[in-house]
Amino acid sequence: MNKPLRHVWLVVSVLFVLLFTSTTYFQVVAQGRLNAHGQNLRTTYNEYGRHRGPIVVDGEAIASSTASEDTYGFLRGYDPGAMYAPVTGYYSVVYGFSGIERSLNDTLSGEADALFYHRISDILSGKQGRGATVELTLDSGAQKAAWDALDGKRGAAVALDPETGAVLAMVSAPSYDPNDLATHDTGAAQQSWSALNDDPERPLTNRAIGGDLYPPGSAFKLVVASAALESGEYTSDSVIPGPGSFELPNSSSVMNNFSGGRTEPCGPDDESTLAEALRQSCNTSFAELGIAVGEDDLTATAEEFGFGQRLEIPLAVTPSTIGSDLDDAQLATTSIGQYEDRVSPLQMAMVAGAFANDGVVMEPQLVGAVRTSDLSTVSELSPKELGQPLSASNAAQMRQMMVGVVENGTGTAAAIDGVEVGGKTGTAEWGEDRAAHSWYVGYGQKDDQKIAVAVVVEEGGYGSRTAAPIARDVMKAVIDR
Amino acid sequence: MATIVSYTARPRRLMHAVLLAFAVLIGVGSYALVGLGRFDELPPNLLEYGIGAALLAVVLQVAVMWRAPYTDPVILPLVVLLNLLGMALIKSVHAANQIYGLRSSATAERQMLWAVLGVGLCVAVIVLLRDHRHLRRYTWISAVAGGVLLLLPLLPGIGDSRNGSRIWISIAGNSFQPAELAKIAFALFFAGYLVSRRDTLALAGPKVLGIHLPRWSDFGPILVAWGFAMAVLVFQTDLGTSLMFFGLFVVMLYVATDRLSWLVIGAVMFLPPAVFAATQMSHVRTRITCWLDPLSGANYGGCEQINQGLFGLANGGITGAGLGEGRPDVVPHAESDFIFTSFAEELGMVGAFALLLLYLLLVQRAIRAAVGISDGFGTLLAGGLGFAMALQVFVVVGGVTRVIPLTGLTLPFLAAGGSSLVCNWIIAGILVRLSDAARRPAARQVDGPGAAPAARTSPEVMA
Repeated sequence: MNKPLRHVWLVVSVLFVLLFTSTTYFQVVAQGRLNAHGQNLRTTYNEYGRHRGPIVVDGEAIASSTASEDTYGFLRGYDPGAMYAPVTGYYSVVYGFSGIERSLNDTLSGEADALFYHRISDILSGKQGRGATVELTLDSGAQKAAWDALDGKRGAAVALDPETGAVLAMVSAPSYDPNDLATHDTGAAQQSWSALNDDPERPLTNRAIGGDLYPPGSAFKLVVASAALESGEYTSDSVIPGPGSFELPNSSSVMNNFSGGRTEPCGPDDESTLAEALRQSCNTSFAELGIAVGEDDLTATAEEFGFGQRLEIPLAVTPSTIGSDLDDAQLATTSIGQYEDRVSPLQMAMVAGAFANDGVVMEPQLVGAVRTSDLSTVSELSPKELGQPLSASNAAQMRQMMVGVVENGTGTAAAIDGVEVGGKTGTAEWGEDRAAHSWYVGYGQKDDQKIAVAVVVEEGGYGSRTAAPIARDVMKAVIDR
Repeated sequence: MATIVSYTARPRRLMHAVLLAFAVLIGVGSYALVGLGRFDELPPNLLEYGIGAALLAVVLQVAVMWRAPYTDPVILPLVVLLNLLGMALIKSVHAANQIYGLRSSATAERQMLWAVLGVGLCVAVIVLLRDHRHLRRYTWISAVAGGVLLLLPLLPGIGDSRNGSRIWISIAGNSFQPAELAKIAFALFFAGYLVSRRDTLALAGPKVLGIHLPRWSDFGPILVAWGFAMAVLVFQTDLGTSLMFFGLFVVMLYVATDRLSWLVIGAVMFLPPAVFAATQMSHVRTRITCWLDPLSGANYGGCEQINQGLFGLANGGITGAGLGEGRPDVVPHAESDFIFTSFAEELGMVGAFALLLLYLLLVQRAIRAAVGISDGFGTLLAGGLGFAMALQVFVVVGGVTRVIPLTGLTLPFLAAGGSSLVCNWIIAGILVRLSDAARRPAARQVDGPGAAPAARTSPEVMA
């Protein structure tokens, strides 16, 4: 009976070869496809079942995970939620994640390559793996001041440390409560999600870096002035033409010197110094100055400020632009921050920062440090130069002119006693019959403490009235701390 | 027909002890790892568990040294390892259900009680059954017992239907799957019946188209076996059990007669009921749909279990999530019907291969014993039990990995469930006895060509 037994063994072997094959197929060959399957809950559980590291501001966790006693294992919570939501983002079992939660997901979950040895030591010591802590550069005081000042408005505020590029405040209003999306009650999360997406005020958009860009209006005159100084043909005392109205080249359109149809000239004999033109924010002066400087120089200076660059701070920043292939008429309107000028508030804060940092633009960064759960440091912020749009002496002239704006011009609402404050307002027209966007861009400096800010309030009207006080509150919070 | 076995028979008792210790070490270690993985701490009952497992291993070792010293030193260590791995997995699934609360599953403690009972019965078989040939006396009693057991779930009052299959009986709150016990009974019956009829079955009968057809009078029992398989299929709607019984019978018939015609006839006879089931029984039809295309949008909901099992396999990948680190709790019946995917999720393809190799080795030892044994009854019994185990593993693992449609069988020794575990331990006891007989020096007689070992070495009275 041995021959049939051998055949039986052969049959058994064939059957097992089939099992080996099918197991290999599903565990190796089809693994990627199965893991990516939309209804595969395990992928979600693997992601959400980790003890994620907290996101910390000034030593306080603003996002942290707690054991949840349900199928996911951990619940992500945000406190305070809405104020930091544009930065932290949300961490939703239904809708994935955004913001820092997304950009630094590997770090927070503990899967990043830099945490390899930490993971190994966790495994060896038998500890439950835990993600790393991400410390943000944000200053809770500045953030709170900006958040309170923007309450009930639509807009954004960004504050930078000009010397390091550390982002001290980043507020976008209106915001949302990320706890509503992080909830494990998927029905409630779905409801919040559709409500937030249907909201015409688009609370999920981070207006400071990621939204539709804004026309900068008169705030852009800072860039034009910088380009003019850098050309070597102008100083702050150079006398430039500034008529009451300016007929755009090759066009029948006429640009008035001031908004609201006012056509006073910038000074006697239709001319003034550069400093005076900036102080009064004369449109015609800068339109003609922009044409004189030319598109090439203006573009080159703007790019040194960071225009056109894809920054990741590590949140992705929409690049700002001044447009291209401009004829003189377009260049004239571009020079007063209209036409195709589109900027993010962060970009304008970088512009202000360059003046306070001797002409050097530092790369903006949101992450101060990454530490493991046992507090050993994985990485720390290292300041990086992004560009140098103007020389240190030209930066000093710019500061001087900007101080003039705040002391005795359109920016008086930003002044702080005992602090050197320089800035520029903007009132950006953007649509027929819509109120203009209100801008303030500037810096504050007291002893060694410097801060650069940019504030935009959508349809806020005059920058001098709406945006400048907000900027003052934010600067005060940092300088007075 | 018989071949010369050219090895020196040695008791190998030391090897047996070493392998047992190894199995206990791995098994208890995996149980500890499950605790670490799920709760970050060793299971509180680890010491008792380890001592208990070691004690059972010692009992098995003593029984083998006392009554079956020549037994294959691999069989019991394999069985112990499978059983302990199964308990670690059951613990993992249960703990995951505790933590994440999706559903509830059997506890490892309950499985431990069954294991103790199983080891007790295994030892009883080794100690009390001095010679496997005694079993031949019970050929026809086994037939009746097997038939009754198989049809028991159909009785109103004690029969119990779960997941579309009526294969349970429940008496006073305790449920039992009698098919497992029926499997042993039928293997005994087939071995006893076929060994006495093999010559007539093999040689008599007309020859049609070059194939020896059996005589009509020999066909009766085959029809009865077929009838039973059909009854299981139609009334209990259990394709797996029915396939296993019929496969067992046909393969034993083939081994006994060396006639390929029996395999062909068997396959042909199983086709109509299989087609009938596939087309007429909605619950089998669903399973065939889930076998062919479970992941498409239309079928996904109905094939949730098999899909979650596949996701588990993918989650395991090559090296696995780690013991106590997977999420088998999202699969319904992850501790019983789907324990293979739980195993493969936590231990990966590497672990799944190791598991399949353990089974393959066990089957190989059974067939090795069948080859070595000198009486036809023992050969048929060992070969039949070995093949049944292989077929069962194939049907279960093939079912969850989409080689064949899913059917309701459990992995021997591994899956949660008392009836399966206890019955498989009895089978392990019988295999120990058989392999002892195969390797015992006195039994190593070399048969001349054409000699019928059964005729020469079975003085037993035909039942």
